[in-house]
Amino acid sequence: MGKLILSLDGQEIAQYELDKERYTIGRLADNDIHVDNMAVSGHHALILNILKDSFLEDLNSTNGTYVNGKLVKKHALQDGDIITIGRHQIKYLSGQAKAEGDADEFEKTMIIRPGAKAQGGAPSMDSVNKAISGGGAAPIAEAAKGAALPRAKLQVLSGAFAGKELELNKALTTLGRPGVQVAAITRRADGFFIVHVESGSGQGFPTVNGKDIGAQAQKLNDNDVIELASVKMGFYSMPN
Amino acid sequence: MSYKGKLNFVGLTDKGMVRPNNEDAIGTNLETGLVIVADGMGGYKAGEVASGIAVQTITEFVTNGLKDTRKRSGNSESGYSHESVLLRNAVLKANDIIHQTAQSQPQCEGMGTTVVACLFYNNRISIAHVGDSRLYRIRHGQFEQVTVDHSLLQELVSRGFYTPEEARKSLNKNLVTRALGIEPTVQVDIQEDVVLLDDTYLLCSDGLHDMVEDPDIHLTIKTFSANLETAAQQLIKLANDNGGRDNVSVVLARPLKSFEAQKGFFDRLTEWWFSS
Repeated sequence: MGKLILSLDGQEIAQYELDKERYTIGRLADNDIHVDNMAVSGHHALILNILKDSFLEDLNSTNGTYVNGKLVKKHALQDGDIITIGRHQIKYLSGQAKAEGDADEFEKTMIIRPGAKAQGGAPSMDSVNKAISGGGAAPIAEAAKGAALPRAKLQVLSGAFAGKELELNKALTTLGRPGVQVAAITRRADGFFIVHVESGSGQGFPTVNGKDIGAQAQKLNDNDVIELASVKMGFYSMPN
Repeated sequence: MSYKGKLNFVGLTDKGMVRPNNEDAIGTNLETGLVIVADGMGGYKAGEVASGIAVQTITEFVTNGLKDTRKRSGNSESGYSHESVLLRNAVLKANDIIHQTAQSQPQCEGMGTTVVACLFYNNRISIAHVGDSRLYRIRHGQFEQVTVDHSLLQELVSRGFYTPEEARKSLNKNLVTRALGIEPTVQVDIQEDVVLLDDTYLLCSDGLHDMVEDPDIHLTIKTFSANLETAAQQLIKLANDNGGRDNVSVVLARPLKSFEAQKGFFDRLTEWWFSS
């Protein structure tokens, strides 16, 4: 089990055994680790314990959170790390020997069951959600549900078909002219990506905002202008 | 239709240097263009039951689904192709059977499996995955991970607590947040993409990517690129040379020539065709 040692000017003030998932550090009395000093924000930082590891997250404090002298927003704590908040220091001890010995133990894959109670040493998904949902991030379960897929459309900007629109409502849309230039747009959870498929002889890559897209998939941004087979098209994100 | 001469599939699985048995299962099927890697987990031998059911069920479901031409249509609502929907349903079916077996057979209680499955068709690929078995792709000399693990570690990386480098050293390595057979239903990630002629695809269990760094995997495939069989053998050897702490499975897939569906002239047109 991990441990925190709070000190000021080299004088130890308190010790905390990390035996629950979340510890808040701050100036207000409702914090688990209460540090009454004007340099410390009301709710300054958070420590999350997930299995054998501990994570530090700054809660947008006024004066910042430092680990070993470096300003951090989020940090995976290592044995012996010194967290500095205002003039106070908190030393983190992981409480575990740097054991290569139990390598096989942790190599075994375990499943975190959504909503289920913890068993066999594996935390429930619920507890993990709670543990890392701090700091404004969406809980895992919700993120995992794959919030609504992104939406976007193309509009032709040049040539005989100017004004024509196509909603990119398929996982994969190919466009262009076979034998001249063909590209595909893939829809992924994190946006739309264009990739070059084929070009006729003498034809190069399609362009986005005037630059060759090259051989790798490229993410599209709102208002990008694609030029493919001599046709210009605008890419527009749509609200869900 | 068969993809003989159009696609090249090679699959190898090995129990590694430490584990007493192999709980991974793989499938390569040139008749349907389907490749699968599953990494089972659970009590005494139950892991290999789960991964075995996954490979068998998905293969059968996809084979039968492709035969049934009456129902050949994409799912217009979701925008996914017929093949993607079929692959997803096959994975859901496998989840169902593994979950039911785990409920009814005491020795199988709590068993589960990860899975990554790819279906090749019409110069395209549908990709389904659950858990931390991965798909990588080499395209134009670039090595990239296509699937995003369903693991606690990946969540922590996504949330900014870890850089990918720090993640490699974490102890919380093998906690998957999704697997087949654990719950009555499961969320399957589906991707669709185009296949280009010089692409090489690698499906693998975590026994490979935990033991061997990405640049070494890439270099191995590149070096033995002329012969996928040798490349697969070398990848397994590399994992075992590095300790082989887990079962290791690799499936390599590569198009040999265009495998575009035979269609009439007008079908050759892309979905959005224009003349200037």
